[in-house]
Amino acid sequence: MSPRLSSPNLQLNEQGKLKHFLSLEGLKPHHLTEILDTAESFINPQTNEIRKVPLLRGKTIMNLFFEPSTRTLTTFEIAEKRLSADVLNLNISTSATKKGESLLDTLWNLESMQADMFVIRHAESGAAHFFARHVAPHVHVMNAGDGQHAHPTQAMLDMFTIRKLKGDIFDLKVAIVGDILHSRVARSQIQALSMLEAREIRVIGPKTLIPPFPEALGVHVYHDMKSGLEDVDVVIMLRLQSERMKGALLPSEKEYFNLYGLTEQRLAFAKPGAIVMHPGPINRGVEIDSAVADGAQSVILQQVTYGIAVRMAVMAIIMSNAAQLAQSQNETALADTLEKAEREAQ
Amino acid sequence: MNILIEQARIIDPSQQLDKVSNLYISRGHVMAISDQTPEGFIADQVINAKGKWLIPGLVDMRARLGEPGKKFAGSIASETKAAVAGGITSLCCPPDTDPVTDTQAVAELIQRRGRQAATAFVLPTGALTKGLEGKLLSNMHSLKQGGCVALSQANQPVENPLVMKNALDYASSQDLLVILRCEDQELKNNGVAHAGMVSTRLGLPNIPTSAETIALARDLILVEESGVRAHFSQLSCARSVEMIAQAKQRGLPITCDVAIHQLHLTEMDVMDFDPFTHVSPPLRSQADRDALRMGVKTGIIDAIVSDHTPLGRDDKALPFGESTPGISGLETLLALTLRLVEDGLIDLSQAIKLVSQQPADILGIHAGSLAVGYSADCVLIDPESYWTLDRKQMLSGGKNTPFNGWEFNAQVEMTLFQGRPVYRVNPV
Repeated sequence: MSPRLSSPNLQLNEQGKLKHFLSLEGLKPHHLTEILDTAESFINPQTNEIRKVPLLRGKTIMNLFFEPSTRTLTTFEIAEKRLSADVLNLNISTSATKKGESLLDTLWNLESMQADMFVIRHAESGAAHFFARHVAPHVHVMNAGDGQHAHPTQAMLDMFTIRKLKGDIFDLKVAIVGDILHSRVARSQIQALSMLEAREIRVIGPKTLIPPFPEALGVHVYHDMKSGLEDVDVVIMLRLQSERMKGALLPSEKEYFNLYGLTEQRLAFAKPGAIVMHPGPINRGVEIDSAVADGAQSVILQQVTYGIAVRMAVMAIIMSNAAQLAQSQNETALADTLEKAEREAQ
Repeated sequence: MNILIEQARIIDPSQQLDKVSNLYISRGHVMAISDQTPEGFIADQVINAKGKWLIPGLVDMRARLGEPGKKFAGSIASETKAAVAGGITSLCCPPDTDPVTDTQAVAELIQRRGRQAATAFVLPTGALTKGLEGKLLSNMHSLKQGGCVALSQANQPVENPLVMKNALDYASSQDLLVILRCEDQELKNNGVAHAGMVSTRLGLPNIPTSAETIALARDLILVEESGVRAHFSQLSCARSVEMIAQAKQRGLPITCDVAIHQLHLTEMDVMDFDPFTHVSPPLRSQADRDALRMGVKTGIIDAIVSDHTPLGRDDKALPFGESTPGISGLETLLALTLRLVEDGLIDLSQAIKLVSQQPADILGIHAGSLAVGYSADCVLIDPESYWTLDRKQMLSGGKNTPFNGWEFNAQVEMTLFQGRPVYRVNPV
C-alpha cells in the first residue's frame, strides 16, 4: 500500500550483476554459486594452494577499517595481493569521523585518490549500504562486517567450506550456536544457508542471545545443545564477547560453557562425521573445548584458507562485471553513433 | 479589512458543519458563515472558492521550530512558513530547546519570535523539570504565566518515579496540562529500531514495545493518583492503545495522540537502512500500525501530530543508527491525514477534527474552529489538484522526509492566519 518506489537493489548493476557486495539479502542463488565456483578455480586441486592471478592489476583497493580486526583484514589483504591489486590499509578511528560531513568527506577524499574498491568494516549496522549509496559510480564497496548486520564474505567462505567438505548444502542440517542476536556472521550465514536451501537451519542459545523475531530468519530455535545438535551435519560455533556479561545477558563464562560450550561429549549428539566451524578468533574454554577445536572434526583453519579464495572470487567477479558493463555501454554508444551517422547520410 | 470567501464547501467539525456557503471575515475574525451578506459588510477582497474546501487551520500539538538553539534546522520564521504551506496555523513546540524552555524568559522569547514571524500561532510547552533533567521541579506556575500551554519532558522522560509523582501532583494543583511521552530509557537501551522482523534481519539494536508500555503503565498509575490532566503523546504500539482505552473506560480524564508517520509507515520501511525512516519512537510492526489506525477510527486516539523535527543534512548523512531520529513533517501532516480518508479509515470531518478542534480542545486554546468570533485561521483546499512531494521544494529548514515522491490528492491552495493570506500555492 505504501506508494514509495521500492529502491533498486544497490548491489546490482543494470545487467543484474554484482556491483557491490554488501549483504546476501536481495541476491539470487546463482550469485552465490558463481562466487563458490569462481573461488574453486583459484585453488590448485593438487596442492590446495591459492594461485596468484593478474586479474586486478592496476586496480587500487583500500581497506577501510573503522573497527579493529586482524584476521579479516589480513585475509582481505592477501586476497587482494593474489589478485595483483595495489592495496592500502587504513585504520580510521570512529571518533575522528563522528559528524556526517567528515565521514563522507573521508570517503570522497579517498575516492579522489583513485580508489577502485573499498573494503569496509564499521561498527554500525547498515554502514556498508551507506557508503555504497554515496560512492562515485565507478567505485565498488565490499562489506567486511557492518555492526550486527552482515558479514557476507565470511558467510560465503563458510558455504565454500561446507560444500567442499560435506557436499551439496541442499541435503544438510546446520546448527549455529551462541550469540545470534549480536552476530553479523550468523545473520549472513543464515541468509546464505536458506538461499542455498539447506534442509534445516537451527540456532542454539539462551533467549537473551536470540533475536526478538527469529521467525523472520526462517530458523528453528533451541535452548539446549542436546536437542539442538541432534542429527546435524554442521556445527557452527560463534565467538562469545565478554561484554555480554556486563549487559546482564549472561551470568558467567563458566555457566555459558556448561550450557553451550562445545565438548566432545556434546559433539557426539551431532551426526557422526559432522564438521565443526568457527569464524574465529576462538575462545577456548568459553564456547569451545580445546579437544574439539583441535580435533579431527574441526575445520576452523581450513575456513581461514578458503576465506582467501572466496574473497578473491567476489572481488574478481565485481571487477569483471564492471568491465563487461563498460564494454556493453561502449558498444551501445558506438552503435548509436553509427546509426546516427547513417541517418544523417541518408 | 473585510474578506469574503464565497461558495466554498465549508467543513468545520466543531460546528458539525459541512455545506457550501460563504465565510465572512472581518478584522481577522470570523464574522459569519452564511448564504447572505451580513448587514454592513463590505468586502475589501473576494475570494472565489467554488469547488474548493474550506477548513479550520490545523493545530499541531508537537512541532520543533528550530529556536532557540542549534540542535534543529530552521527558525521560527522558516518553520511557521512551512506550517502554513501545510495548512497548520497553530503550533505547540516541545521544551527541548537550547536553552531548555524551563524559564519564563525562554517561553516569552519563543512567542515573541512567533509574533514577529506573524505567520502562525506559536505556543510554547514548558519543561516539567528543570533543564529536563528529571530531578528538580520547574517553576511551573511562572511558566504558565509566561504563556506555556502545557508542560512536558519532550523526549527525556523523568526516570525517578518519586520525582514524577511529585511533578504530576504539583502540576495538578496548578491546573496544568502535562504532555507525557512514555519511554523507559533502560529498556530502550541503545536501540534504534523496533524489536521485530526488520531489526532481526538487519541487526539493528532494537527497542521492544515494553519500553513504551512499561513507562505508560507507570505514568497511568501516577496520573490516576494525582488527578492531573494528562495527554499521552506519540503512541507507537498496539498495546499502548489498549492500555489507554482501558484507562479511559475507567474514567480517567486523559487524551492521547499519534504521530502521522506511524499511521502510514512500518518497520518494513526501514528495510534498506534509509535514515529518513529513523524516528523515535521507532516505526513498529504492521499489527501495531493497524491498531493505531483502529485507535484513530474508534476515537481512542484524540489527535494526530506531525512530530515535526527539522534536521540538517549532516544529521541524516550517516549510517542509520548514527543518524538523528526525526521527520520534517509540517508539510505532510494534512496530506497524510487526508489520505486516511482516501484509505476509507475515517470520514473527512473526523480527519479534520483530529488535527484541528480536538488538539485545540486538549490544549485549551481558542483555535481549530471557524465559529463566529474565532480567529480567521483557515485553509482553502483544491480537492481536484494532485501534487507530488519533492524534498527539495520543501519550505522547512529540514528536508528530512521519507515521503519524498509520494503523490497526494487535494492541495492547500491558500492559508489565512488572523484573516490574512499567509500562504498561496501560486503566489500572485
